[in-house]
Formats: sequence, C-alpha cells, structure tokens
Amino acid sequence: MMFLRYAVYRFFTMLLTLWVVSILVFIIINLPPGDFLSNQIAELRATGQAAGVAKAEFLRTEYALDRPLWEQYLIWVGFVPGPNGFAGLLQGDFGWSFEFDRPVGEIVGDALWLTVLVNLAAVLFVYVVALPLGVLAAAKSETWIDYTAGFVGYLGLATPNFLLALILFYYGNKYFDLPIGGLMDPSLEGEPMSFEKVKSILLHLIVPTFVIGTSGAAAMMQRLRANMLDELSKPYVETARAKGMAPSRMLAKYPLRVAFNPFVADIGNLLPAMVSGSVLVSVVLGLQTIGPSLLTALKSQDQFLAAFILMFVALLTLIGTMVSDLLLVLLDPRIRYGSRDG
Amino acid sequence: MTTLLEVEALTIGFGKADPVVHDVSFSVEQGQTMALVGESGSGKTLTCRSVLRILPEAAQVRNGSVTFFGEKGPINLIEASEKRLRGIRGDRISMIFQEPMRSLSPLHRLGDQVSEVLHLHRNMGRSEAKRLVLEQFEKVGFVDPERSWRSYPFEMSGGMRQRAMIAMAMVAKPELLIADEPTTALDVTTQAQVLGLINRLQKETGMAVILVTHDLGVVANMAEHVVVMNKGRVMEAGRAADVLSAPAHGYTAKLFAAAPLIPEVAKPARALPHDDLILDLTNVTKTFTMRAGGWRKPVEVIACRDVNLKLQRGKTLAVVGESGSGKTTCARVALGSEKPDPGGEVLFRSEPDVPPVRVHNMTPGQRRKFQREAQMVFQDPYSSLSPRMRVISAMTEPMEIHQIGSKAERRDKAAEMLRWVGLDPDMLRRYPHAFSGGQRQRLSIARALTLDPKLLICDEPTSALDVSVQDQILTLLEDIRERAGLSYLFISHDLAVVARIADEVAVMRAGVIVEQAPPDTLFYNPQHPYTKALIAAQPEPDISRPIDLELVSKGAGAPTTWPEMFRFNGGEAPALRELEPGHMVRCHA
Repeated sequence: MMFLRYAVYRFFTMLLTLWVVSILVFIIINLPPGDFLSNQIAELRATGQAAGVAKAEFLRTEYALDRPLWEQYLIWVGFVPGPNGFAGLLQGDFGWSFEFDRPVGEIVGDALWLTVLVNLAAVLFVYVVALPLGVLAAAKSETWIDYTAGFVGYLGLATPNFLLALILFYYGNKYFDLPIGGLMDPSLEGEPMSFEKVKSILLHLIVPTFVIGTSGAAAMMQRLRANMLDELSKPYVETARAKGMAPSRMLAKYPLRVAFNPFVADIGNLLPAMVSGSVLVSVVLGLQTIGPSLLTALKSQDQFLAAFILMFVALLTLIGTMVSDLLLVLLDPRIRYGSRDG
Repeated sequence: MTTLLEVEALTIGFGKADPVVHDVSFSVEQGQTMALVGESGSGKTLTCRSVLRILPEAAQVRNGSVTFFGEKGPINLIEASEKRLRGIRGDRISMIFQEPMRSLSPLHRLGDQVSEVLHLHRNMGRSEAKRLVLEQFEKVGFVDPERSWRSYPFEMSGGMRQRAMIAMAMVAKPELLIADEPTTALDVTTQAQVLGLINRLQKETGMAVILVTHDLGVVANMAEHVVVMNKGRVMEAGRAADVLSAPAHGYTAKLFAAAPLIPEVAKPARALPHDDLILDLTNVTKTFTMRAGGWRKPVEVIACRDVNLKLQRGKTLAVVGESGSGKTTCARVALGSEKPDPGGEVLFRSEPDVPPVRVHNMTPGQRRKFQREAQMVFQDPYSSLSPRMRVISAMTEPMEIHQIGSKAERRDKAAEMLRWVGLDPDMLRRYPHAFSGGQRQRLSIARALTLDPKLLICDEPTSALDVSVQDQILTLLEDIRERAGLSYLFISHDLAVVARIADEVAVMRAGVIVEQAPPDTLFYNPQHPYTKALIAAQPEPDISRPIDLELVSKGAGAPTTWPEMFRFNGGEAPALRELEPGHMVRCHA
C-alpha cells in the first residue's frame, strides 16, 4: 500500500520534471540566433529562388515560427491550439523535420525502438558482466583475480569506443563471421518483423552492445568492488562468519545484498550516459538509432527533430531513475519504513 | 569440574612485526564464566577471536593451541579444517559482539537472521526452526516474539538489538559463549539488564562464557575467573573474588584505581548558590520537524522540554542521561548552534557585571565574540581532528579565524597550551595519527583553550577512552578549570564520571530533567526512580555489591510505568519541584 502510494507520487514528480525539461530543451534549442527556415529563406533569397521562399514562408506560419517564443512552446507541447488546432507532443504530433522534409515521427519511427533495444542490451551487458566480476574481485581482493579484473576493466575504460568497434568488427567478422555495421541485414530494412529479422538484429547487436557497454561495465565493476570491500569489513559480516556460514553463501546473502543498493541506483545514471555516449558510436558503426539523426538535427538547427530527440532521451533518463528509485524502495527496508535513527 | 576450552601458549602477530598476543594461556571450565580484562591494545579481542578463528586476514597465529573439549571429543581449533570449524561456529561455540547497531545485517528480518543458525547446523524444517526461535526470543525478553521475528534491526533500540544477538548466539544451545564487550556500547541501565540476561541464560543452560571487557565492575558482577591482559601478555589470572579483593599485579591495581566509582556519601551537600551565572537556560524547549520526502507526513519530535539550567561561574554543571534523553540538544542550544523554540532563553554573561548576551538571538558581532568565549570539546578524539592538518595548524586555526596575534604569537600560544595539557611543544609539527586517543583528547582540549574561553562545553569527553586514560583526562580538566577560571557544562551518560567532576548534576530522561542536585545530595538521597536506577546500574568492582536488577528495571522503563508519584500521564510530565534547597525532583505533589 505504502509502495503504491510512493509509486504514484514518484510518477507525478516524474511528469513534473519532464515538463520542466521540456521548457529547458525548448529554450536551449532556440538560444542560437535564427532558425532552420530563416536560414533557408535567406539562402534562397540570395540565390533568387522565389518558389522555395514561398514554401518556406508557408511552413513558417504552418508551424507558428512567426509567433512569440512562449506561444511557440505552448503550441509545440500541445497546451494551446496552433494554426491547425491542437497538434503538439501531447497529441502525438512531434512536428516537422525541415532538414528531411518529412514528419519527425516518420523519421525517428523505427530508430526509437532500435535505440531502446541497443541501450537496454548494453545495460544488461553492463550488469551481467559487472556483477560477477565485481563480487569476485572484492572477495578475492589483492590476488591475481582482482588484479586481472582490474586491469581488463581499466583497459575497457581507457580504449576509445570507436577503436574498440573497429577491432571487434575486424576480428568478429574474420573468426565468427559476424556482420559489419548496421543493426540488421540491409535486405530486411522496412520489412515487417519476422524470425529472420529478429535473428539478424540479434546478430548485429553483439558488437555494438559490447562496444557501448564495456566502459560502463568497467566503471560499474570497480564501484561494486569498492562497495563490497566496504561492506566486507562491517561487523555483520563477522557475525555471519561466527554463525558458521560458508563464505560463498555468506557473501551472497549479506554484503552483496547491501552493496547492491548503489548498483541499482545506478540504472538511472547509466541510461542517459549510454544514450548520449552511443551517439558517436552509432555514427561510426552505422547503427540506425536516433544518434545520427540527433547529430544532423543539431548541426542544421532542425528544431523540432532535435527537440523531440532530446525529450525522448530525457524521458528515458527519468524512467530509468524512477525504476531505480522504486526498486530501491522494494529492496531496502530502511528506505521503505524510514530509519528511526534519524 | 571439567575443562571445556584450553588455550596454551597462544602467540599472534601481524606480518613481520613483534607479536601482539604473546604466550597467552588460560582455560575455561564447563559452565563457568571467565572474564578477559584489558584496555584497548591489550590483545584481548584477538585472543577471543582466535578461538573461532575469525581473525583479521593479516593476523597469523604463530604458536600455541586452542583445544575445545566439546561433546564430540577434543579438537584443536587452530589446526582444524575450515569446514570442521564452520560446524562448530555458531553451534558449539557462539559469539556476540560489541556493536549491536552494526553486528546485524540491516536488510534482513531478525527472524531470518536468527533462524539461519538452525538451518545451518540443525537441518531443521521451517516451522520447527521458527518455533524454537520464537521460544528463544521470549527467553531474551521480547514481549511480542512474533513481531520481533518480522522486525528489521533498525526498528529496535540498541539494547533490543543486543538481545536479538544473544538470541542468535543461544538458539543452537552452544557449550561456550564468547561475548566481546557485549555492553560497552549500551547505556548503563541497559547494560545492567543485558548482563542480567546473560547471567540468567547461563544458569539455565549451563554453558560456559568468555566475557571480554575493560570494566572491572562488569567482571565483579559476572565472572568466576579473571584473566587480566596488558600489551598482549597475561598479567594476572585467578578467581574473580581473589583478584578483585586483593589484586596482586601492579597493572590490575592501576585499573582498579582508575575505575570511576559512585562514592558512598555520608551527608548531602549544601545547595549551590546561583548569584553569578555565566550561563542561564530558561524554559528551553526544542522541537525538530522530520521530513522524509513529500510522500510521508512530517513528524514533530520534541528533543528537550522546559529545560532550566543555571551554571554558576567557575563551577561544573553536568547533564546526565542515556542516548536520546536530550542532553546533547541542550548542549547545542547552550552553544547557540541550535535555536530554542520561542519562549526559551539562553543568557551568557562573560563577566559578572556586564549585561548578558542573548545566545538564542545574537547579532553577528555578538556571535563572533561568543564563539571565542564558549568552546567545545568533543566525544571522539579520532574524528574531531583533521588527519591532514599538522597539530600546529589545528591549534592556530581558531586564532587565525578570530585574527588574534601575529604568527609568532599564535605559535607561542599553541606551544603554551600544549604544555598546559601535558604535551611537549615539540609535537607541534606532527600529524594527529601519531598520537594515542588520550593524547588526541589532550590536543582537542588544548585547541579549545587557545582562544582563552570562559565556558567549556564538554560532550562526553571521556566516553571513547580507556578507563586509565579517562582518569587522566578528568584530572586534567579539573586542573585546567582551576588554573584558567573556566566554567564547564559537562555532558555525560556516566554518573560515576560526573560524580567526580561536577558541582551540580541534572539527570535527564525522555527530554526532561527528572532530578537535579549537587552530586553528594543526589547519591545520598536519590528520589527519582530513574536516578535510583542509574545509581543501581553502575557496576562496582566489588563482588559483594552486585547490581540490583529490580531497582534498575523499576526506573529504567518507560516514564508511563514509573510509580504513581513520578508517572507521566500520556505525554505530560509532572512539574519539577524543589524537595529541599538545591534538590529538584520531577514528581506530583
């Protein structure tokens, strides 16, 4: 019951934050002077293409870019009706991409889901790798296991992602016949979902997941190791030993359980780091995520496209933090009941 | 009598250094309580842990044997395989630790943690294990065992957690219980009850107990045999009655002399005059509002209520109480770092005939001056000095902040203050880690003195120290008070410590002062049940004066269970009445 109340409360604070983020995103995008259309109109005028100017002028009024900024914002979100009635984010209309001359929804469409897929895979990879290695490194601290894990981890942190990507592509293709670049076989693009397509996507995911996840996993492993070492020196570990527990079972039941908290709390930080970190990787690896689109949109001041992608990343982040907060409440009775130690 | 545990020529060391436990031998008989006594660094903890072989990783047992004569025949615990030892830990030999707050996992329910012992050693079904654990919970004094089963440790007080630890240690009916300072972290009334519980359980089950402690009073109440250790060696061993009545070794005698005592008093003291007050707290109440995120209702907690304290210039006023009694809040209010609720007043007179400063409502200029004149000495000398600052910087920093003197003058002052507290000015260049606990506390006192304060607020200045060091620090504080004409507000949980240094004592419980008098009056004629409990709970190093548990439990319970004359009705406390001049008691008329 308590948990449900907290979940509802947490959900509303998330919506509130999202609203504030939308204002910030909009302001930041409009900070540089001019916009895509005014740049285009100036260019068309200079080259004397009157027809193009008329279309651009039409788009300006169509998307209310001739109105004051605050009004543009309200129309964009969908709080007030624009020239064509209510047509904002709230209504599911994400606006027009001037650069690609298509609706934003159409451009990002598949990329959205592929982005979520790539990043979830990377997060999963981070946890699956970091958990056993971190625990092992702490339990066998200052032995060759610890040193090897640490060395490999730092190597992972220090290697530039694109370099790692190139190396993995080369050897992956040479020895395991892994595909190079992209997220699916080109022949399957635009096709409806099928077994073939899923298999192709999964095969293509291997290298990107590894590339995007490595540094995160290395950092996470070090953090888990440090947390575990802290916990291992706590008196309750001694109590467990004095009870006669076997080391492995003791490790999993007591210190790991406590060290798990920061591990879970990191989900919220991990997601945005991955999404923004994967932009460049996506460009290098030719992944059809929203990363490359974001880059183009920002370069050409394609404001609706850029704003939508930023909002999407913000939403992912907020959902990540909400999930980790809720998990923490479930995991830690001290948070659940509120510590009476003050 | 048959021997249960035989420790022979045990030597433990770290790395290549000299051994820290040297050639220690003793034996424990079946059903007997043996006390291992010593101060910090004596090696008593390492010795008792080597029995279960839960030593720090770097420690090596270099020599000797620990033989356990259990039901399954003798076994050398030093050489037994790890697997065999695991079968003994928690089953035949169990252990309880010093810090009940941290010795239980914060994330697992008590029932889970305690019944685990049975799952590990008895191969027992769930319901059977639960039945046994609930039974054990009842034995250690949990009123509602079913509820305790579901509780998390952080929902319980320190005393209750230690009871849970005891239940965990006892549930498998071990032959030997090792208790490593089991009551050091507890309030004195709780300590008395926990000691009583261990005693009772031991009588019921006939197990043997190794009690590790630094407190001879605890020894007198618990042990039949004593082993006194110092610097890793056994100084003296023998029957408790003999050792305590006629200590043969000089070190034991020294421990005795240093143990704080509540004196036998022949007559009450005269009331202290209150005509020249340096500090005057009137009607101080402090309410804290605890907010825990937007989804919980804020909770109001009254930390202290209607506190009136008057500190005569040049005297020592002690505030005594258990943790959570509101004594530290009083000190913080007196120091101006916490504002009392409206209606409360704190007045400070730096000189007898100047108008007082209203500490609860100071201008920034007044605050600067007040902060020079009122200084604080903290409880934990290990964390109150920055490990990255040399002594000289720590000592001169207060003077720099208040822009007093030139650099050379500050240095001279720091050196002079070091001499005052009995340290060598040559030590100025060192870092705090080079000093022992007692020396560090001397440093903090010297630092507080560099600003020539008028008032020193001491917050449990000796609680973290060994008894022999505590004795020295108290002597030092007394000397300095005379020498520098200081007044002390002394916060403590220990009536025996206060007995020595205070001119007046205020006993606090549940946020209010329940009794207030000069110490001699208080000991001669204690009126309030809680004061009586505090006095009765003080363990005396005298085997013929055991703790009167009945008196303790009468006064140490909730204020709503006190005898009618003193009882709180709901949240309302009776008024503080003057019984005789200078002796106030909170009771109904």
